[in-house]
Amino acid sequence: MPVPKRRQSKQRGRKRRTHWKLTTPNVVECPHCHEPKLPHRVCPHCGYYAGKEVIFVSKEKEKE
Amino acid sequence: MRHGRKVKKLGRTRAHRLALLKNLVRALFTYERIQTTLPKAKEARRTAERIVSFARKNTVAARRQAGRFITDKDLLKKLFDVIGSRFADREGGYTRIYRLGPREGDGTEMALLELVIREESHKEKQAKAKAKKGRGRKKTKKRTEEKSVSKKARGKKKE
Repeated sequence: MPVPKRRQSKQRGRKRRTHWKLTTPNVVECPHCHEPKLPHRVCPHCGYYAGKEVIFVSKEKEKE
Repeated sequence: MRHGRKVKKLGRTRAHRLALLKNLVRALFTYERIQTTLPKAKEARRTAERIVSFARKNTVAARRQAGRFITDKDLLKKLFDVIGSRFADREGGYTRIYRLGPREGDGTEMALLELVIREESHKEKQAKAKAKKGRGRKKTKKRTEEKSVSKKARGKKKE
């Protein structure tokens, strides 16, 4: 069976991994409760979307 | 030819997928608002819209065509008597999808699929009434969103 002859250097491995990147999620401010939320999603803090209450979020949760 | 008529497979066999879709659409017409994953919601929407179109026609032939998919007779009756007339003057676009964000566990995007014109469910009405009442009180019982979403639509107030 073919097998690598030499161990790869740290440099080689690290160079390969320079393309492994994390992207930051795009977060916008909720127009209703001003909490950060994902764009085009129902706000998990106040349950509002497009100016209307879409889902019910309990009071305690809202405060969090 | 069936060019371009693609089907989202949802990682299931044909039979499994069909059963899933039937269940989703049945649930949508029963509860008028359901929570699922975004891909499932999108596929269910496609079939649900077709069936609402049948219901709007309100002919015996249309009823039988819809009946091939909705096997529950009581639900079929509701579909044609209630839902069909509700959407009488709307040409398509009977459903709406809200994105809810990734779910815990596997990070799948969740969504609410609902009929555009729907009755408020019993639970939702209760939750709203409680929210109004409980404004002065300090402690309110913990309510989870899923409950208000999944409980049967029994309310009579229209949106």
